[in-house]
Amino acid sequence: MKRATRPMGRRWLTATLACGAVALTALLPISEMKHAFAAGAGLAASDQDAPVMRRLTPAQYKIVIRDVFGPGIEIGGRFEPWQRVGGLLEVGTGKVSLASTGFEQYDAIGRSIAAQALDPQRRDLIMPCKPARETAPDDACARQFLQAVGEQLYRRPLTDIELSTQVDLANEAGAKFKNFYSGLETSLASMFVQLQFLFRQETVAPVKGVPGRFDLDAYSKASRLSFFLWDASPDRRLLAAAASGKLNTEKGLNEEVERLLASPRVEDGMRSFFSDMFGFDSFDSLSKDPTLYPNFTRTVADDGREQTMRTLVDLLLARNGDYRDLYTTRRTFLTPVLGSMYRVPVTTNLPNGFPETRWAAHEYPANDPRAGILTQVSFVSLHSHPGRTSPTLRGKALREMILCQKVPDPPGNVSFTVVQDTSNPLYKTARERLTAHATEAMCTGCHKITDPMGLALENFDSDGVFRTAENGAALDTSGVLDGIQFTNAPGLGKAVRDNPATTRCLVNRMASYALGRGPAQTEGDWMAALQKAFAAKGYRVPDLMRVIAASPEFYQVSVSQSQ
Amino acid sequence: MNTALNRRTVLRGMMGGTAISVGLPLLDCFLNTHGDALADGGALPKCFVSWFQGLAFVPGYWEPKTTGANYEPGPHLRALAPLKSKMNVYSGMKLYLDQTPANAHGSGPAGVLQGSVSHPNLPSMDQMVADAIGTRTRFRSLEVSCDNGTDAFSRRSATAVNAAEPDPAKLYMRIFGPDFRDPNAADFTPDPAVMVRKSVLSSIKDKRETLIQNLGSLDKARVDEYFTSLRALEHRLEIELEKPRPLEACVMHAKVEGITLGKVMEDARATHNLHASLLAHAMACGQTQVAHLRLGSSACDLRRRGSQQVYHMYTHEEAVDPVLGYQKEVAWFSNQSAEALFDFVKAFEGIREGTGTLLDRALIMYSTDCGNARTHTLENIPMLTIGSGGGAIKTGLHVNATSDPITRVGLTLMQAMGVPIGQWGMVSNTTSKTITEILA
Repeated sequence: MKRATRPMGRRWLTATLACGAVALTALLPISEMKHAFAAGAGLAASDQDAPVMRRLTPAQYKIVIRDVFGPGIEIGGRFEPWQRVGGLLEVGTGKVSLASTGFEQYDAIGRSIAAQALDPQRRDLIMPCKPARETAPDDACARQFLQAVGEQLYRRPLTDIELSTQVDLANEAGAKFKNFYSGLETSLASMFVQLQFLFRQETVAPVKGVPGRFDLDAYSKASRLSFFLWDASPDRRLLAAAASGKLNTEKGLNEEVERLLASPRVEDGMRSFFSDMFGFDSFDSLSKDPTLYPNFTRTVADDGREQTMRTLVDLLLARNGDYRDLYTTRRTFLTPVLGSMYRVPVTTNLPNGFPETRWAAHEYPANDPRAGILTQVSFVSLHSHPGRTSPTLRGKALREMILCQKVPDPPGNVSFTVVQDTSNPLYKTARERLTAHATEAMCTGCHKITDPMGLALENFDSDGVFRTAENGAALDTSGVLDGIQFTNAPGLGKAVRDNPATTRCLVNRMASYALGRGPAQTEGDWMAALQKAFAAKGYRVPDLMRVIAASPEFYQVSVSQSQ
Repeated sequence: MNTALNRRTVLRGMMGGTAISVGLPLLDCFLNTHGDALADGGALPKCFVSWFQGLAFVPGYWEPKTTGANYEPGPHLRALAPLKSKMNVYSGMKLYLDQTPANAHGSGPAGVLQGSVSHPNLPSMDQMVADAIGTRTRFRSLEVSCDNGTDAFSRRSATAVNAAEPDPAKLYMRIFGPDFRDPNAADFTPDPAVMVRKSVLSSIKDKRETLIQNLGSLDKARVDEYFTSLRALEHRLEIELEKPRPLEACVMHAKVEGITLGKVMEDARATHNLHASLLAHAMACGQTQVAHLRLGSSACDLRRRGSQQVYHMYTHEEAVDPVLGYQKEVAWFSNQSAEALFDFVKAFEGIREGTGTLLDRALIMYSTDCGNARTHTLENIPMLTIGSGGGAIKTGLHVNATSDPITRVGLTLMQAMGVPIGQWGMVSNTTSKTITEILA
């Protein structure tokens, strides 16, 4: 077997080298990754901005299938679990491999997609040709199909060897099954478990006239750009721009950035980014105790998540608003079921022709205790226990997700004697319980970081419903964030809005999301430039996306790792 | 094009129709008349289960007062008392943190199951055992969880973590779905579709060298893990193409569907019992020899139906009952764990093999994430084993080894299951000292 593969390997390499590209991926160990993100200490610069091989996220996988085969393909089965690194799953995609149970799942998912894509009802829509006979292989038609689909699945043209391997597979299986489409299905299914599809691999090309400098090659650029702005594989036009060399020119790149940003699909990209940054994957396992919170159903959770998404898409994209206003805005969207949680009547009798009747725009009055996304069901219910609120979890989430500040884990050998003291019967409110707990010197430090903000949200129960008392005792929602005092949740929202860490964090997270890794030490100047540009544009998120996507730094790879 | 030729040859060979010869493991053997061994006198294969539940048992209430044989389990292990002659209790052992920051509920499982609190890249015990004994079954190992999470403690490395299956209905389909071949069926015809799938995987595998050629070391390791996973599936298909060895005790499991998954202990127990039954049937039918099950996670967030708090929060916040001397709610959860483990063992004892039961050839290991959940300490971490693994270890013993690294238990059990290691663990948790008292 070894003897057989070696000559092919050499040929493949020659083929790639002829195009001036060398496959490369990251050399950055996980332990160092965290440091690179937090402090950037102790790493050789060359290690930090290497390209990373990223595994497609479930959302990206589904979008790719929809784009290539059209809507309506059922994608059953379970995707592999993800790891959150540096606050983002997207960065974690550069760390994970595929375990055996996961491989089995992807294999089953892939075979099911191939069967659906080529079933008699659908095949005519996606096939560029018809076989001479259905009962026998047809080399030319298989080649035509696999070449076109392969380019979309691998995000680049297939090499000659890749294509002929896939065509051979279709022909052989087609001959055995005496059915052209069964053969093609076998070949197509095999592509869904290949590294080239499941992992976004990047290749670099030397920059002409600058010895030792490398840029991503045009197809890798196209992928970075498209996944960043659309959360999707490059479309045909972007692949064509890569093929023609257009993407390698400043003008050509800018044109494509503008085209992608002008498309409605940029909403997918924005949703994906914020869903990652706000940890909305946790909604999949969110549940509340049904005896305590009988109204918190799956629909409430789903709508709560969607409410925040709609709020931010409306503010940041449709209105091109200031990112900071996300924490103070009184504009939102509600469904009747959410209305019952918010105690707001929601009427959905919208004018004829309105495309969506379940959602209605809503604006809280100026004196309402709800303002900003921190007071929405998505935030307060996600960061609570199943049976009660948690000011600590809420404060921790705010620090870590929105301000990019790491809260230390609780220490080992903690003494909880204060809260366990039976002579102090019951602390009625969370503030009382936490105050008692935090008098322990070991605990005070961390709880000071989280609790004063979390307690300002105590008006919102674990299910998000407004309350003024807990166990009969009135709630005190005063708090402080980095020296700014407030008395209630809107006050907290304003303090978050005005905190310089809020916008710094967004820039950092968005750059990390786009790159698939934390910013490198050597990218300090670029990060500073992004901060400046973000501020100069009035903290408009689409502008930040544009600046990142059009930066040469986004596509550069440092010298020494290119071996 | 050499690879294409190779693959074609393979494909043709396999697809040549009915004339192909199919390898039968251990000839066309049958069980002996007692049903507890193969006809050629060989013993039925050993099975290993790594059973996990976080937050330990209440310290001071599970440890037997005497060591050696004839011990009495502590009061919080009373649910397991009927099994004491088949059970070993291990007490007093600990994990050394070696200056690594304590990860409240993460260091424990890593240390107990991977031998290190600080090297996340090490494989877990169940996977090392699977490499030693699981290579002739359809599934090298199976991993399940009992709430709705897919996280568990089985991994080949930090980047190849085995996702656990929470849904018994899906586990049922995976084991006993259309790809299952009844080992006792008279007829056997290899499925041509399986042959094709296997040859497809072989064709991908052939490209390994090309694909890793220009990768950095970290990505090379990730790609290697990908190929390890690919080979595992290829191997499964290979087994599915062979006529399985008849196994008298193998009975197809009844179909499982419509399960409530969630974070309520009572639901998790029901899920657990279905998983237990499915795993026992899978082992009786030769589908796997290694499994990992977790009831709750390490900082277990299961709760009692209708209760406000999750188990984890009770351990930290519940007051010690002045009369009982321990946290009452915590004890309820701890008792649930012991009862669940008992149910698990019962599922194995419920499958008769000759004059004995499936438990006779199984070794079921209980592990957890700490010694004292209230304070996250890693001292006196409880461990239990039930079953002798086909006579690989002695049972009915209480082993106390205060302050020894708890990796001694893992090392001993892995050696007993045939893993070729003389030493296990990292830094201060390294040990080459097996627990000789239990070695048969």
